[in-house]
Amino acid sequence: MSESQIVLEAKGVTKQFPGVLANDNVDFDLRKGEIHALLGENGAGKSTLMNLIYGLHHPDKGEVFVNGNHVAIHSPNDSIAAGIGMVHQHFMLIPVFTVAENVMLGDETTKRGSLDHLAVAAKITEISKQYGLDVDPNALVGPLPVGIQQRVEIVKTLYRNAEIVILDEPTAVLTPQEAEDLFRIMRDLTARGVSIIFITHKLKEVLAVADRITVMRAGRVINTVKPSETDSAQLANMMVGRQVILTVDKKDHEAAEEILKVEGLTVRDQRNLETVHNVSFTVRGGEVLGIAGVQGNGQTELSEALTGLRSPISGKVTISGKDLTGKPPRIITEAGLAHIPEDRQRHGLVLSYTVADNMALCDYYQIPFSVRGVIQPKALDENSRKLISAYDVRTPSPFVNAGKLSGGNQQKVIVARELSRNNVKLVVANQPTRGLDVGSIEYIHSEIIKMRDRGVAVLLISAELDEIMALSDRIAVMYRGQIVAIVDSKKTTREQLGLWMAGAHVEPA
Amino acid sequence: MQVEKQSVSLTKQILRSISEAGLIPLLAIVTAVVVGGIIIIIVGGNPIQAYAGLVEGSLGSTKALSETAVWSTPYIFAGLAVALAFKGGLFNIGAEGQLAVGAVFSALIGYALPEWLGFALPAIVHMPLAILVGMLMGGIWAGIVGWLKAYTGGHEVINTIMMNYIALNTTSFLLNGVMKDPSPTNVIARTPLIAKSARMPAIFDGLRVHWGFILALLAAFLIWWLLNKTTLGFEIRTVGLNPDAAQYAGINVKRTIILTMVLSGMLAGLAGSIEVTGLNYRHELGFSIGYGYDAIAIALLGKSHPLGIVLASFLFAIMRNGASRMQFLTQLPVDLISMLQALILLFVAADAIVRYIYRIKSKGERVVLTRGWGG
Repeated sequence: MSESQIVLEAKGVTKQFPGVLANDNVDFDLRKGEIHALLGENGAGKSTLMNLIYGLHHPDKGEVFVNGNHVAIHSPNDSIAAGIGMVHQHFMLIPVFTVAENVMLGDETTKRGSLDHLAVAAKITEISKQYGLDVDPNALVGPLPVGIQQRVEIVKTLYRNAEIVILDEPTAVLTPQEAEDLFRIMRDLTARGVSIIFITHKLKEVLAVADRITVMRAGRVINTVKPSETDSAQLANMMVGRQVILTVDKKDHEAAEEILKVEGLTVRDQRNLETVHNVSFTVRGGEVLGIAGVQGNGQTELSEALTGLRSPISGKVTISGKDLTGKPPRIITEAGLAHIPEDRQRHGLVLSYTVADNMALCDYYQIPFSVRGVIQPKALDENSRKLISAYDVRTPSPFVNAGKLSGGNQQKVIVARELSRNNVKLVVANQPTRGLDVGSIEYIHSEIIKMRDRGVAVLLISAELDEIMALSDRIAVMYRGQIVAIVDSKKTTREQLGLWMAGAHVEPA
Repeated sequence: MQVEKQSVSLTKQILRSISEAGLIPLLAIVTAVVVGGIIIIIVGGNPIQAYAGLVEGSLGSTKALSETAVWSTPYIFAGLAVALAFKGGLFNIGAEGQLAVGAVFSALIGYALPEWLGFALPAIVHMPLAILVGMLMGGIWAGIVGWLKAYTGGHEVINTIMMNYIALNTTSFLLNGVMKDPSPTNVIARTPLIAKSARMPAIFDGLRVHWGFILALLAAFLIWWLLNKTTLGFEIRTVGLNPDAAQYAGINVKRTIILTMVLSGMLAGLAGSIEVTGLNYRHELGFSIGYGYDAIAIALLGKSHPLGIVLASFLFAIMRNGASRMQFLTQLPVDLISMLQALILLFVAADAIVRYIYRIKSKGERVVLTRGWGG
């Protein structure tokens, strides 16, 4: 029984959004008990296709069949009734509720008008045992590790008798070990007849876990292949539509004098919780220090404290010997910082400003952009034309609003503005390639390495372990607000870094 | 050659952006006039006669034109005040109070300063001083709200409303008390007349339109220049559009918020000062009722653009000034004008209605007027 029954089929699905054909006559099918990976870059149309199947959007054309029957899906309720469950990238859980309460939410079991916690808990325990999920129905969701919260989401779909589970970028928030656990669970689920659609942009995971792989690009299905018949390079080519270099070309490292020095830095977040405890490290000119860690372990607050967006509670930050602890962003920028912020749309750009204005966002007050308090449009224009060609920003003109550019080109506007400043000594790049297409990632990586080769100190913060390993000379691992290890990137492995990221106390090999 | 081509396309771009920005307000006005006409028919009037009366009463003679300019003067100043705050991401509902503060202080300097000093001041000193003091006090009054917003997070909508109560009731207290016109026949809450040296001259003999009108047009140009051509304007707009990015870019967000409120309050204060020094020569309780609130409507209708503010102010002035002629000709109540104004605003604010009626597709981002509660 090699070709099993088709449980879900989308035929000729087309969805037009203003200005974008998000799905162009897409055919997709899922067989019983298989893991079917949907691979593509951001904006390729994966999420649109899943939202159409799950009932969050309606297709302009095309039909969806479940177990061979045509179904009209108008809302998530219809898809749940048809046995489809979805685990979103951002969990839909209420932290102050227990697992059982979260699971029954929207589908509450009652006994004489009050909630029947016991019956729900029993059913969760049963599901949990059956699929090897190991979830305690009475635990509060808030304190649970992310990996377990994700299992709660999976339990939610199974509790509603889902036979088809859609996992949207499930590994983005997991350590490598947690991801391995998830893959084991996925195999257990399929062994028991559940069918899984696995959405991702990570090639390695797809090859490791999928039974079939469908690659989408620009709203179309490019091909459907089996992992045994393909490799990373071929998949990447299908995703991007051209030859892709997967490794970063990096010369040997020649670190010079110390540029950034951080001593005993402690930072609180806006809820007044201490999210960075007593962190110390240095970055020298001509080296990239990568900070690895699962999202939410203090990286955001650390970079905010270094760049002046947040005042630390205690500790000291110096750039080339100059004390800049708690100084405002402008002072730090003038001392030689280039900052590629974590959230490009919130911090990095004013979306309704033109590309030209955004390219002078931090220097607008200086000559030549301002003379005696008056903005010089000609200088802004010249500067942007120069940067647009030097950094290959794809924009119809410098007068287009930054919000109209693609994510990759928005990020290039920021990179161009920050790295082109003439006094840069330190680059703080926080998630510099998050959500970007492969071409832009390649480009931004090469620009970061260029800065390093010019003798600039680079602090790279990223949740993508591959990015950290490809670019860094040294790697620091952050876990619960502390740096638990700093190692030479040549003398460590993914597995070891993964253990540190998960909080294990392991001595460097 | 290429440069020439680019400049042509740039002019075209600018023209297109103007027509795009003005399209919705224009259609809103047209729609409101049509709906207003239907209502006039329903109540038994003749809409064509009514609108003709409105136009005749406001534009039909030199005197009518002069009065329309007089009406538009405080509207332009106060409208600019609200629009400038909008550009900085702040919703200044307090123009009414700032205007009253400006008027009270200008009146005080106007009638009392020569008494205090014991000698008459030359007009070249006295009049600018009266205006300047009123303007600054309006700025300080609004600056308090800006400071509260920057340093305590207190929302400017609530605080400007509260400051309005304080300003208007204090004004009433003063005009009924120490500042009351002491002439024996007076029973009204008003100040004495300001000295001749503090009065702004009329532009033409026999017409009431005064130099304040020219100042208002000048102010509109200056605000446009400030917002679009200066470093300070860039900072105000950046804070208004994206305060997080502004902080990232090294802009002092707190200082900019306070400065925006001060500038906004100065413009509102000017609206009051100019009415006192150019038109009424005193401050009288109730003269300004509604200017500060109409200013919000004007800023919305003018899409917070200084040119839009001037045009919207003219429109409001035409409606206010032509109303009595309309009433005389058609016996329709003046309240109809308030209704018409409300309809225009309704269609501007709920632009989806206008877009639906005229089948206009929404383009680009929506105008962000304020960042909302606690933003």
